[in-house]
Amino acid sequence: METIKLTIDNRAVEVPRGTTINKAARLLGIEIPVLCYMELKDMNIENKPAGCRICVVEVDGRRNLAPSCATNCEEGMVVRTHTTRVLNARRTVMEFILSDHPKDCLICAKSGTCELQSMAHKLGIREIPGQEIAAMSTYRLDTSPSIIRDLDKCIMCRRCEMMCNEIQTVGALSAVNRGFMSAVAPAFEQNLEHSTCTYCGQCVAVCPTGALTEVDHTPDVLRALADPSKTVIVQTAPAVRAALGEEFGMEPGTLVTGKMVSALRSLGFDYVFDTDFAADLTIMEEGTELLDRLNRHLSGDKTARLPILTSCCPGWVNFFEYYFPDLKDVPSTAKSPQQMFGAIANTYFADKIGVNRKDLVVVSIMPCLAKKYECQRGEFSTDNNPDVDFSISTRELAAFIKQANIDLNNLEDDDFDSPLGESTGAGVIFGTTGGVIEAAVRTAYELQTGKKLERLDFNELRGLEGVREATIDFDGLPIRIGIAHGLGNARKLLDDVRSGKSQFHAIEVMACPGGCIGGGGQPLHHGNSEIIKARVAAIYAEDKKKPLRKSHENPFIIKLYEEFLGSPNSEKAHHLLHTHYFERKKKIVVKH
Amino acid sequence: MKTIKSPEELKRLRNEILGRRHPKGEGTNDKVLIRVHSGTSGLASGANEIFDFITLELEKRNIDAVVIRTGDMGYCFAEPTIEVTLPGKQPVVFGYVDKLKADEIIEKYIKGGGLVEGILPVNYQTIE
Amino acid sequence: MSQYRMQIMVCSGTGCSNLNSEAIFDNLQLEIEAFALENEIQVVRTGCFGLCGLGPVVRVMPGEVIYTRVTPDDAAEIVTEHVLKGRKVERLLHKDPVSRKILSTEPELSPFKKQLRIVLRNCGIIDPENIEEAIAANGYEALAKALTELTPDDAIKIIKDSGLRGRGGGGFPTGLKWEIARNNQAEEKYVVCNADEGDPGAFMDRSVLEGDPHAVLEAMAICGYCIGAGKGLIYIRAEYPLAVARLKTAISQAREYGLLGNNIMGTGFNFDIEIKYGAGAFVCGEETALIHSMEGLRGEPTVKPPFPAESGFRGKPTNVNNVETFACISPVILKGADWFRSIGTEKSKGTKVFALAGKINNVGLVEVPMGTTLREVIFEIGGGIRDGKKFKAAQTGGPSGGCLTEKHLDTPIDFDNLVAAGSMMGSGGLIVMDEDDCMVSVAKFFLEFTVEESCGKCSPCRIGNKRLHELLEHITKGKGTPADLDRLRNMSKVIKDTSLCGLGQSSPNPVLSTLDNFIEEYVSHVTVKKCPAGQCRDLMEYFIIEANCVGCTACARVCPVNAITGVRKEPHVINPEICIKCGACKEKCKFDAIIIH
Repeated sequence: METIKLTIDNRAVEVPRGTTINKAARLLGIEIPVLCYMELKDMNIENKPAGCRICVVEVDGRRNLAPSCATNCEEGMVVRTHTTRVLNARRTVMEFILSDHPKDCLICAKSGTCELQSMAHKLGIREIPGQEIAAMSTYRLDTSPSIIRDLDKCIMCRRCEMMCNEIQTVGALSAVNRGFMSAVAPAFEQNLEHSTCTYCGQCVAVCPTGALTEVDHTPDVLRALADPSKTVIVQTAPAVRAALGEEFGMEPGTLVTGKMVSALRSLGFDYVFDTDFAADLTIMEEGTELLDRLNRHLSGDKTARLPILTSCCPGWVNFFEYYFPDLKDVPSTAKSPQQMFGAIANTYFADKIGVNRKDLVVVSIMPCLAKKYECQRGEFSTDNNPDVDFSISTRELAAFIKQANIDLNNLEDDDFDSPLGESTGAGVIFGTTGGVIEAAVRTAYELQTGKKLERLDFNELRGLEGVREATIDFDGLPIRIGIAHGLGNARKLLDDVRSGKSQFHAIEVMACPGGCIGGGGQPLHHGNSEIIKARVAAIYAEDKKKPLRKSHENPFIIKLYEEFLGSPNSEKAHHLLHTHYFERKKKIVVKH
Repeated sequence: MKTIKSPEELKRLRNEILGRRHPKGEGTNDKVLIRVHSGTSGLASGANEIFDFITLELEKRNIDAVVIRTGDMGYCFAEPTIEVTLPGKQPVVFGYVDKLKADEIIEKYIKGGGLVEGILPVNYQTIE
Repeated sequence: MSQYRMQIMVCSGTGCSNLNSEAIFDNLQLEIEAFALENEIQVVRTGCFGLCGLGPVVRVMPGEVIYTRVTPDDAAEIVTEHVLKGRKVERLLHKDPVSRKILSTEPELSPFKKQLRIVLRNCGIIDPENIEEAIAANGYEALAKALTELTPDDAIKIIKDSGLRGRGGGGFPTGLKWEIARNNQAEEKYVVCNADEGDPGAFMDRSVLEGDPHAVLEAMAICGYCIGAGKGLIYIRAEYPLAVARLKTAISQAREYGLLGNNIMGTGFNFDIEIKYGAGAFVCGEETALIHSMEGLRGEPTVKPPFPAESGFRGKPTNVNNVETFACISPVILKGADWFRSIGTEKSKGTKVFALAGKINNVGLVEVPMGTTLREVIFEIGGGIRDGKKFKAAQTGGPSGGCLTEKHLDTPIDFDNLVAAGSMMGSGGLIVMDEDDCMVSVAKFFLEFTVEESCGKCSPCRIGNKRLHELLEHITKGKGTPADLDRLRNMSKVIKDTSLCGLGQSSPNPVLSTLDNFIEEYVSHVTVKKCPAGQCRDLMEYFIIEANCVGCTACARVCPVNAITGVRKEPHVINPEICIKCGACKEKCKFDAIIIH
């Protein structure tokens, strides 16, 4: 590879052509601060508008300062990163940014995790000259079922816009207005609710400030816990246990399953259950549906449509309802694990403990913001009583635990309650991209072939490549599988399905890059993809530890069918565990 | 019009055009040529009205002339402006042309060769 | 035919009128009548000759004799000598100030013709809606020459050798730009004409498109031939309906005549042009923003490199030039690089069109060779300052240029000299200010424009310019402190140093150049809280001179806020606390008793 020699702060460095000054400096241990720039390495996600101008450096022979994040190294370049000129410019630009930013850090949702706040601290800003005569750009607060937009705090880093358009291809957010009043918003500055937003929450996941945050449901949960007439049960999604520890200073990838259960119990939940149980249930329903469609297809039934698409990701469901309504009979009709859990909890479990569903409050802990919206969908409630009452994110749970003076680090491990807390390794791997389909393969293989699966780790289905494909040998029958994470990647596979080019039998889609472990409700990664990789590893480690790793072997699932549902895809199962989709194409309402 | 199929045809066409009309200002035939400067500045100041007035009046007064619309010359301060080229004479630009002035230009200058007030002296050179 | 044997033209432009040219006219008229020559000799008033520095000016035709610095008393001699005896009045002829030689009186060689029209060569001359008029004026001749006699490299060499630099503002060598685009290999390439003329007051591009659209079409085709592009795009603001209409007509006529489209003039070269509309955002004049806008994206700039010549429209090599640059191309090809090089200064060749505006008499477009001085442009071609006021400053380069002052009047105008003087060429707007203009307010005015037009992408431009504007507003309200001046300077420097595109990199220029050239005005605003030009309303104080006031009460009656009190027939007083500085009292007072501090 062609390399380039240059000096940065009088130190020589040699880098491959195409390397930016900022990256070259990092090789020397010189951390030129960046604000708008964000990269998730190895995941093809990079935000490089060169807009904040914080990372400017002096380059000999250049008239003005260069943005180090977007300026490539050139042979013989002489770069200086902390001259008086640079430091003055960086400080002045930071003062500009802060002069148009609310100073309510004390009560801001991002306080402590805000990148703007830490930058102000790093640069030692102690006053903002001229603040007394400085006008602020202010906007209407917009609250949707999942996401709150407080654009007064927007610094135009454009990360959300990049995620929404380039990675997710949702196109709900883009820059509007110009000059001082420019901000990132849905078209015509309408509310997010009236846009094509899927609530995937990736905008929130990358927002450096408090401009994009989740709707906080912890007060509702607290109220329910305090109400003696309510039985409050909680389910925790697989990805939560692989990330919650980060909020308490643990290394990324630390599994805190047992401690999390302890904490939830301390918080006062009457039963602590696991969404993984519902994940196993999902495999039973979805796997059966897959095999049914597959076998009908193989026997020449033209009405059996393939491929089958997974349907456990609510962001993804919103996406195809907006963009591929013509394909709405392609995804599996199986509800997501969260909603399957809600349905079973309000029927089977409520009956078991003799509680009326009106007095049962189901809370879910999710790595996801779309789940907040999903549990509010009309079809997931009975007599206005939702199957899942509140969905809170990993971040909200962490804040909740801290408020309750619980020190997660020093808690003893505890076990989930039975029966809805029992799960297999197949349920755990739902938390990462490729996991759902791997879990489905483990079960479908045995159900289809009647043979025991020898190898449980399908490495060909794992990894962080945006679109992956693999062929699994079902005892002589090759099953072609596609996997996409990130909605932009999903769109590619969907386009092929629509045009009839798709050769897959089954496709797994997760809206968030990395799957649920990279969800919009997870602890903020601040552009460090190592964190996401560590979470993936933790998920597979948990799977490996489990005595049972195939959903259909979960004894409590078997019992559930025996006692209550009958068989997978039975009429009762259909009624409780399956759903249908709606066309929402171009439902754009211009309304404020 | 037929398509120009070669550079030679372009030259031929140009010569043909030049043979029947003024090239770039100097009168070469016996018609009076009037250019009404009709760019945005001119139009905003009423060039269309002047164009119509002059066309009509010349016809009424039996003066054989060609009146064309052109872009502006840059004399925005004096719009509407018109340029009159009498046969065999240098073009003369008149500024602040309203109907009264236009009438005066026709009567005094075009008919009699007498100058009228409001001439904008040519202060530029141009290229061939 | 003319009934007059001789015609005498007396300049009645503002400059000459102020120097009593009316009396010259009267005296000439009287003399002619005295000799009973009124049927033979015509005396007529004309508009400005553009020789205001030498006025009053009288011209005698035929013979094109120009007399300068004529006094009313000279009328008799002009009539007796020149009219009756046919002898020129030597002492009134314009002489070269150094050699004392009488300069030529032949019109073609006249030193008085300061303008040289290359870009505007056909504007006002040809009918833009008739392609045959363009063809008669050598239209498409350069394209024919390029296609048949020149290789693309030859043609690029001519453009390079000519020294032509981009007229859109930056002054990048055009030939070099073409060469880079040519050398970037790609199946598809684009030629883009930037007709998004955004500088307030500048309208040369519009004039060219309205007056001579074929000049641009032809040049774009030549460019396409040189760089290997088959497609041209004209990005024009939708607020130019006439230019758009004439362009459309021109494009369809050119297609009809086989001068655009496939197999142009039988040479096998294909090139066609499409019009793209801009919504009038100033920043879309920046080439990367322009390209994004054409692609249907938000019109905001991106970091260069990559330059459009590598990756432009739809990611393909794209050459972007502005209208005025393209309008220079055909003459350069036809008349050669040496001809073009002979015009202008060492590093800036050819001519430049300026749009004169502000407190100048001859508001409009002028085209002068590079190197013409500001004095010549303002005082000779532009007819001087309106109402005989004193020249104070000239803003070049549009809202992001700087102010030039008295001391720059004799600097030859070219790209580099303007930059050295703290301003820039920009697209050629030239706004003239006189003694009544407050320079702090002028800076504020221009900042207001850039604040409005910033795209908002980078923080220094989005927020910094707003802060600059606020601080200027603060100062013009009399609330500023001397320390604010340092802040102004620092913010300006940082915005210039850190902004992403040319807009932000130049937007503080009006502030910096007025700080440099008119620091005393700023100091006056922030220390004694006075506006020397008397323009800043908040710093004015209306005051009644006791000695002049007769106590008529007219002022008190007209004051809308009852700020004036006094007893009838005794001097009145204005209460500055209540006064809103509307000026009604001053207007009403018949005794000049009310003055502004």
